[in-house]
Amino acid sequence: MKPARYLACVVVVAVCAVSLSANWLAPAGSAKQFREVPDSPPSRTHLLGTDELGRDRFARVLYGTRISLLLAPAAAMVSTALAALIGGLAGYLGGIWLKLARAFTDLFLSLPWLFLLITVRALMPLNVSPLVSVLITFLILGLLGWAASARVLSTSAHALRNSDFVLQARASGLAGPRLFFIHVLPNLKPVLYAQFWISIPVFILSEANLGILGLGVAEPLPSWGSLLRELEGLLSFREEPWRLVPLFLLILVMTSFQLLLSNEEVTA
Amino acid sequence: MIGRPASTRRLQFSFRAQQGICFLLLLCFGFSVAALAQSGGQLRFCLRTEPKTLDPLLVDDEASLSIRYLTGGVLLRANRHTQDLEPELAESWRVSPDGKKITFKLRHDLHFSDGTPFSADDVAFTIKRLTDPALHSPVGDEFRAAGNAVTAQVIAPDQVSVTFPGPIVGIDRIFDELVLVSAHSTRKEAAVLGPFMIAEYKAGSSVLLERNPYYWKKDPQGRRLPYLDSIHIDIQPNRDVEMLRFKRGELDLINVLDTDYFDRLASSAPQLVHDAGPSLDSDFLWFNQVVTAPIPDYKRGWFRSTNFRRAVSEALNRGDLARIVYNGHAQPAVGPVSPSNKFWFNSNLKPEPYNPQAALDRLKADGFHLQNGVLLDSGGHPVEFSIVTNAGSKPRERMAVLIQEDLGKVGIKVNLVTLDFPSLIERISQKFNYEAAILGFRNVDIDPNGQMNIWMSSAENHAWNPQQKSPETVWEAEIDKLMRAQAETSDAKKRKQSFDRVQQIVFDEAPFIYLVNLNSLSAVSTSVAGANPVILHPQTFWNAERLILTGTATAKR
Amino acid sequence: MLLGKIARHFASIAALVLLGGLLSATLVRLAPGFDADEREFDPNLSAESLRAIRAERASQHNILHFYVGYLRGAAHGDLGTSRALGQPVLSLLQDRWPVTARVAGIGLLLGWVLASTLAFISTFWQRPACEIFGTTLSGAFLCVPAAVLALASVVFNSPGYLAIALIVFPKIYRYARNLLAKSYALPHVTAARSRGLGELRILARHVLPVAGPQMIALAGITVSLALGAAVPVESLCGLPGIGQLAWQAALSRDLPLLVNLTVIVTLVTLLANSSADVMIQVLRPREA
Repeated sequence: MKPARYLACVVVVAVCAVSLSANWLAPAGSAKQFREVPDSPPSRTHLLGTDELGRDRFARVLYGTRISLLLAPAAAMVSTALAALIGGLAGYLGGIWLKLARAFTDLFLSLPWLFLLITVRALMPLNVSPLVSVLITFLILGLLGWAASARVLSTSAHALRNSDFVLQARASGLAGPRLFFIHVLPNLKPVLYAQFWISIPVFILSEANLGILGLGVAEPLPSWGSLLRELEGLLSFREEPWRLVPLFLLILVMTSFQLLLSNEEVTA
Repeated sequence: MIGRPASTRRLQFSFRAQQGICFLLLLCFGFSVAALAQSGGQLRFCLRTEPKTLDPLLVDDEASLSIRYLTGGVLLRANRHTQDLEPELAESWRVSPDGKKITFKLRHDLHFSDGTPFSADDVAFTIKRLTDPALHSPVGDEFRAAGNAVTAQVIAPDQVSVTFPGPIVGIDRIFDELVLVSAHSTRKEAAVLGPFMIAEYKAGSSVLLERNPYYWKKDPQGRRLPYLDSIHIDIQPNRDVEMLRFKRGELDLINVLDTDYFDRLASSAPQLVHDAGPSLDSDFLWFNQVVTAPIPDYKRGWFRSTNFRRAVSEALNRGDLARIVYNGHAQPAVGPVSPSNKFWFNSNLKPEPYNPQAALDRLKADGFHLQNGVLLDSGGHPVEFSIVTNAGSKPRERMAVLIQEDLGKVGIKVNLVTLDFPSLIERISQKFNYEAAILGFRNVDIDPNGQMNIWMSSAENHAWNPQQKSPETVWEAEIDKLMRAQAETSDAKKRKQSFDRVQQIVFDEAPFIYLVNLNSLSAVSTSVAGANPVILHPQTFWNAERLILTGTATAKR
Repeated sequence: MLLGKIARHFASIAALVLLGGLLSATLVRLAPGFDADEREFDPNLSAESLRAIRAERASQHNILHFYVGYLRGAAHGDLGTSRALGQPVLSLLQDRWPVTARVAGIGLLLGWVLASTLAFISTFWQRPACEIFGTTLSGAFLCVPAAVLALASVVFNSPGYLAIALIVFPKIYRYARNLLAKSYALPHVTAARSRGLGELRILARHVLPVAGPQMIALAGITVSLALGAAVPVESLCGLPGIGQLAWQAALSRDLPLLVNLTVIVTLVTLLANSSADVMIQVLRPREA
């Protein structure tokens, strides 16, 4: 497993490095429209071809990586933290807290949050900078994405309440927040890591879907979500396989993330 | 020639007789094969949205219009191909000299789809329903344009006249949209006079239309129309899925085809695609000029300046919009009328050429200046504004991105916001909290009188500054005057003069900055015979009653 | 005593469902565009008609008023009329729920089978290649947009439930794999192995009791995941289920339909999750 983890580390570092050096690798920028060559195949000047408006796809992947790879994990951390706090804490406390948290979570899972997002867009000024718009989008995704894993966490935490090591810790005088953060929370890692890992691509894709509500990354900024949405023109893949490159890149990065996260379990 | 022996002659005769019999047999066989091939089958296509209503008098959206076209019977029909008015349920008609009364002579022995006889009573009943003040629909409003007191008089079972309180421009053309409903049938609107009738409607999924057994039209050989047995319409908003199904042979036609798919199909199967030329549709950009709009005063100053709007128009590369977004299947637009509307188009107008330098010069005249690549107004504010448009229209979103770059070249920063349609409508027609917008008109009327509610400054659809109590600018006052003038006469030449002048003013003042005229693109499977795609809706099935599904296709089903 | 408990349980579910309906109605009402109608852009309509169209919505402005009316109607079996489709909501739902139940149900089952099989193989075999394969496969399907998976099922003529299975299985797999791996790493499992216990016994006696409750809780939430996945799949594959209605209803602000859909989703979610809770309690009574 170790060589695989080293490789994963290299991949993640390489992707980060390449995206940070986008200004040098793709000096023309992601927004420049080469209007003479729209929808063109890969060439020496355009390594992944151009999109339907003549923008260099390779540049868009590089610049898009910055936004998506930075903000999606951040939003995933927000949702994981919320899940841990709400689900984990409620499960640990048990009793009425657990009942309330479960009811709140179930309700949260069922409401049409689309309308909250539409309202948020309406409250934002039209001339908001693209960066602020995308920050707000990912923040909201993080705030809305915790419910499913909170439910599972409440069960896990509740089960841990009466486990041997927790009883032992209690007996030795540990109580309250310290007990939760030192003994209970670390044992919730499987669910927390799973939540974090799943949330990243889910948020990247959701950001693109939110484009139809006016949220998300505004043109001309690229994002991986919008690059992946290009896949919806599925019919042309046999003729244009280079359009699948962003997808393969994302899968590679996600696999590497997972290999980096799974440092304890698999070797048992 | 020496006479042949009798026996040979008999042989020859019988051989000829045999030939003749063979020929006759072949002929009959051929006819029956043709008959088999020509009749029956189910035509399949998709509608992009749910039909909102099946009541023909309330129809407003395109999907409902399509269903109404296929099921409804009208007195007069505007032939979508020749654009001439033709008799349908009325075999002749007469308009009074003052343009207030029209008298129809109806065909005899016609029946609704449930067998109920059709007569002048039904026309009178339909007109009466139209005058119900609680009825709010385009058809109703068109008929009541001169006032509510529209009356129908039954002169004889086959003669009826309709009188309007005031002269109606194009009085006979509006009957193309009036679908007649039965006064006596227990099935109410479900009893129809058109070629097809609704057999099944699964809300949100599909509509099944079946042949109307009582349809009156016959082909020149005397065979009852329609040739088709039924039409199956799926409701499928996704264009990729529609295309996939067409390629697989699950659909017979695509009424409005995206340019990407047009080109892809054209390269592999050019016989399937049709480009009927520039349609009447147009897309345009406009600025919010409402005085009370919640936008900064300095921005309002920009938007209300003709120089600013013309400069923006000059800074747009319409050729690129047509070439890149529509792959050449569009043309730079010049005004509200498309050049394919030959009579009404003001041929003196040419599209604004792409000239960023001229745009900058014009802006300088208004006190703008460039500083470090950023355009500043006379008060030092950087010129930055947002453009809203509806999500779900890829061509419009792409045009917006190209426009963003074009305006960036003259130092203007544009922020693009795509919104869902209800939010967009609220901003544009209710709250007016927007700066600029890109939208378009679809299924535009050929006759500009249908656009009164856009050009009159007091009207609701005067998008840049609706419902003005009195015209706020000299040029809007002039447009009001000209539109009223064209509505008050039936002299086509005079009307054209007035509307030509309206088009010139719209070009000069640029309240709408017209972008492109789209071509009418469609796809029709080779198993459909008789299709003749046109630019007017419904582009591919305007002659549905004469469409034929050829043998191989019917065998498959 | 037990009957009282059950009655309280159902009462709390009912209360939550009603609250869910009211909250969703409020969300829809407060979102912008509620009063908007496409017909406002139709130049053929007169000013009077436009005013009348705007007034049509007025009856739904007061949310409490609307909701009380809705509940009264619901008590008599009338769930209101869909604004977008012009049909009674009850008949729409009656026609469509079997399709969604089938597609989402089979898809969920298939997703669980796929995910559990992959997770168990990965855990048992403990080879790095297995882990990488499982992660890459589940990651691949997680990174493909749901709309693309639905389109792919149209392209390859495969059933809609397969698309739903492929949408939910990566999430199930990741949770299941992590839970199993953690359970296997616990000290008592190592001890049991060193005592020579068979793998199956270890799984049944030592791993499943630990991971089981959390897997059951996971099963509860995957029901709402499957329902969510049904929306794009049904719309694109042309399946006449409830998911096909949901997107349309949302974009046209169809209040009666949206409230009913929320009530159904809340009910199904609550039932699934509380069933999971009950099962866990039954299996591990000392945890109660």
